[in-house]
Amino acid sequence: MIQRADSAKPVPQDSDRPDDAGSPATPWAIDIAGLTRRYGATRALCQVDLAVPWDQRLGLFGPNGAGKTTLVRILATLVRPTTGTVVVGGLALPSQAAAVRCHVGYVGHQTFLYDELSVRENLQFYGRLYRIQNRAERITTLIERVGLADRADDRVRTLSRGLQQRAALARAVLHDPTILLLDEPDSGLDIDATSLISDLLVDELGRPRTVILTTHQVDVALRMVERVVVIARGAIVLDAPVNLTSASEVARAIRQSRITS
Amino acid sequence: MTPLVNQVGAILWKDLLSELRTRDLLGGMVLFGVLILLIFNFAFDLRIDNVAAVAPGVLWVAFSFAGMLGLARSFVQEKDRGAMDGLLSAPIDRGAIYLAKFLGNVIFMSVVEAVCLPVFTAFFNFGVVSVDVVAIALLGTCGFAAVGTLFSAMAANSRARDVLLPLLVFPISVPVVIAAVEATSSVFAESPLETRIRWLALLGAFDVLFGVLCFAIFDVVVEE
Amino acid sequence: MRVGTISRAPQQERAIGPSVSWLDRILAAATLISFVAALYLAFVYAPTEAVQGDVQRIFYFHVPIAWLAYLAFFVVFCGSIIYLWKRSEAWDIAARCSAELGVVFTTLVLITGSIWGRPTWGARWAWDARMTSTLILWSVYVVYLMLRAYSTDRQRGARYGAVLGIIGFADVPIVQMSITWWRTLHPAPVVSLEGSGSLPPEMLLALMVSLLAFTLFYVWMLRQRIQVEWLRAEIDAAREANERG
Repeated sequence: MIQRADSAKPVPQDSDRPDDAGSPATPWAIDIAGLTRRYGATRALCQVDLAVPWDQRLGLFGPNGAGKTTLVRILATLVRPTTGTVVVGGLALPSQAAAVRCHVGYVGHQTFLYDELSVRENLQFYGRLYRIQNRAERITTLIERVGLADRADDRVRTLSRGLQQRAALARAVLHDPTILLLDEPDSGLDIDATSLISDLLVDELGRPRTVILTTHQVDVALRMVERVVVIARGAIVLDAPVNLTSASEVARAIRQSRITS
Repeated sequence: MTPLVNQVGAILWKDLLSELRTRDLLGGMVLFGVLILLIFNFAFDLRIDNVAAVAPGVLWVAFSFAGMLGLARSFVQEKDRGAMDGLLSAPIDRGAIYLAKFLGNVIFMSVVEAVCLPVFTAFFNFGVVSVDVVAIALLGTCGFAAVGTLFSAMAANSRARDVLLPLLVFPISVPVVIAAVEATSSVFAESPLETRIRWLALLGAFDVLFGVLCFAIFDVVVEE
Repeated sequence: MRVGTISRAPQQERAIGPSVSWLDRILAAATLISFVAALYLAFVYAPTEAVQGDVQRIFYFHVPIAWLAYLAFFVVFCGSIIYLWKRSEAWDIAARCSAELGVVFTTLVLITGSIWGRPTWGARWAWDARMTSTLILWSVYVVYLMLRAYSTDRQRGARYGAVLGIIGFADVPIVQMSITWWRTLHPAPVVSLEGSGSLPPEMLLALMVSLLAFTLFYVWMLRQRIQVEWLRAEIDAAREANERG
């Protein structure tokens, strides 16, 4: 169980989560120090330091190939750091990766859904893996929440990209994670659906999740997040609260990083 | 232990359900197996006096080549939709993925064998369906699938995966093929039981040793 | 950037080029000397074998090379285990280089076996237990090299190679056993290559010296290969650091 050193907010309910080893109470949802990730000779991330307190919504921006996806995948426990420390909710990666997985929801570039199964069956499958109680009820509620009630029993293969992405979002929040990692969740979604993403940034009990959101739609994202981080060529080049940053500043930081390459 | 069984059950059920809905993999494997038997018919021009000698070999070539098709698909499916990441980011024991894929491969290969044995009997007028042969087939299939499942995870993440998978599986599974063919041939030749016991023991030892080893080492293959 | 030096901390600068440390010189000299000795002993000193004649002298090379092949693959096995445990690139380099040498040695075993077999068996190849096992061993480690070549990045190649290095070597005794049993069931009408009975002392001496020569060669060659790979890794790292600016 992740313990939060945050007396203002209640500890998240864990009745429907699997047990894991207790972790020290910590003010940081995510605490990264000196993170480097190498692929062969290239370095995707270079000495990244980032500390994210609980409930913060962080927007991650940057040009393609900057390392945003790598960073998010490391937090999703899919990629091991080469060097540096990554602590998620007091649990260290990669040694305690298994415990971290219960508390993290991840939307990636692909939907993680099985084509031949229906939306409902996909969610039932993941529900079994995440050991969710009252699966059927929870899945029905969630399907309605993402607006897939009338297509829930159709095979994923028959759904449009936008609807598949909605199902992917449902999959990510199925186990009501405390930390949500969204890597370009709006790709393929229609304009209306951005309100869906905002809606999912709070959990079942209305409490805010800790969110890291990556997107290319800077204007839209700036309305949803509290903090702006720009990554370029594996390093952080801008890290400021959203009220001090505008879309043009983000764009400028990205352009400058391209010039200096 | 039970969470592992639950996870294996969930993944296996998902794989079987997906396959039942498309039926392309299983149908392809069965047809391929039957076609190989057909080709051997032309290759050897089998008459009744030859059949007992070559039957085990012919059967096991059919089983292993058709099995290879199934092995190749077991992880490629996950990779194409990124679903492997979905499994890897879920709070499950990664060995459960291996076990579920292994069992899926054993089931698919067993279906192929269940069709090929009677088809062989019909094509070549030589009875091969018996409890002994089925038992040997099962043990051999488990050995083949044990290493095959691990290697298919490796091949799925490499270049030239269609070429690499057979190259990985066949040399390592040579003991399985030898033991299965010799054991089956001793059934047809009605040799004393000791010969068969020895080969079955080898098959069993291979299954256990490589089953455990591949299960343990699977995490290393899927991590990144 | 000056060509010819890897610049790190100033005190760590050194020249790229063939490493000529004293150990390598001694190894090279010892290898040469023992090879000359082995050649003399094998072709001149050792008595001619009664049944097979002079062609039997290939035994003094065929057998040590076979033993070295197994040693090389055992090193791959150990290197693979330690790499998976410690994740340090040095052990992966050692395993990979040893596998290359192992494939070379195994190829030589197959070739010398065939050369020996031609006059002895009357055929260039016979499916006797040892040669068949060697053929399977050869294919496993050739596939090892292919697996590494087909990997999408170096770290993954190292991990996969380590897995195959472990599984391949664990399979070796089982392959031997299954092939030997198969051969006893279907005996090939050939004379065993090594002959029966124990070796007279002169032959034993020639064999041992030859084994020493090949072992020294293996160690020396392995060191050279590892050094080259190590330098290549350093160059890649330096180039990448240079790009970062």
